[in-house]
Amino acid sequence: MAPERDGMTKLIVDALPHSRALGLKLVSVGKGTAEITLPYDERLIGDPDTGVIHGGAVSTLMDTCGGAAVMGHGATKLIATIDLRIDYMRAATPGHAITARAECYHVTRSVAFVRATAVDGIDSSPVATAAGAFTVEWAQ
Amino acid sequence: MNDGLPESAQAAKQRRDAALNAFAQRVPYIGFLGISFERYGDELTAVLAFDEKLIGNPLLPALHGGVTAAFLEVAAIIELSWSCCREDFEAAGPQLGAGQGGTMPRLPKTIDFTVDYLRPGLPRDAYARARVNRSGRRYASVQVEAWQDSRSRLFAQATGHFLMPARAESQK
Repeated sequence: MAPERDGMTKLIVDALPHSRALGLKLVSVGKGTAEITLPYDERLIGDPDTGVIHGGAVSTLMDTCGGAAVMGHGATKLIATIDLRIDYMRAATPGHAITARAECYHVTRSVAFVRATAVDGIDSSPVATAAGAFTVEWAQ
Repeated sequence: MNDGLPESAQAAKQRRDAALNAFAQRVPYIGFLGISFERYGDELTAVLAFDEKLIGNPLLPALHGGVTAAFLEVAAIIELSWSCCREDFEAAGPQLGAGQGGTMPRLPKTIDFTVDYLRPGLPRDAYARARVNRSGRRYASVQVEAWQDSRSRLFAQATGHFLMPARAESQK
């Protein structure tokens, strides 16, 4: 792993106040891929009757993971999301961490395209999937 | 100003406002982000109070894209609950206002949600208003817009589909 890529990707998780507030943890980063975990936290519950985490927290996980994958592709500046679509397949299991894996599958000079899948470790069926586009700047 | 109003109408308004906030504040994540709701007639505005922990990019600084998405989704869900289940809220009104949650209406479930990021979210309060474009017995389609300084300069907009909860009547 290129040290610079490692550093930039760490930055997107560790240096962003809201990523820290959610306790996001970078699991791995590769060329155009990233894996990030959102630990279960009662403050993030969206349905008080079931204890299921709010979709908004999953959005932040997906957005951050997508951004990290773009960083892993070699983007040199903090990137911005253009759009992000999330499909919710099922409720995440209460008490379990949610892990997102994102892939930056195509880049142009100014746009990076990303898709991501989130699982909760109970079985392999996804909790949610996402597709997004990000602005990018590349090293010369 | 309120002297001319029938007391019962004013009391009903206060009961509804209390029911709405009791409903929203039952959700821990809404409190975590610092979102509250203001109601003018049938128009609901979600208010995101700025806090350092909402920052994504500390260099600009700007709100985290995930916070923006979450704010829009919360605004959509509460608008949808309020507009579809107002009778349920009002039936449960006194208990809701008193914070006794037994008969609280269930929340709609998000099927999909798509956010357009139009500008960076600035480090200040943000507002959002949602419109229910289609609300059937089972599915609903909601559009939501967020702004900060000016209603005509949106910093984000979103559209989403939701699965409606089974209504109280059909559960009985």
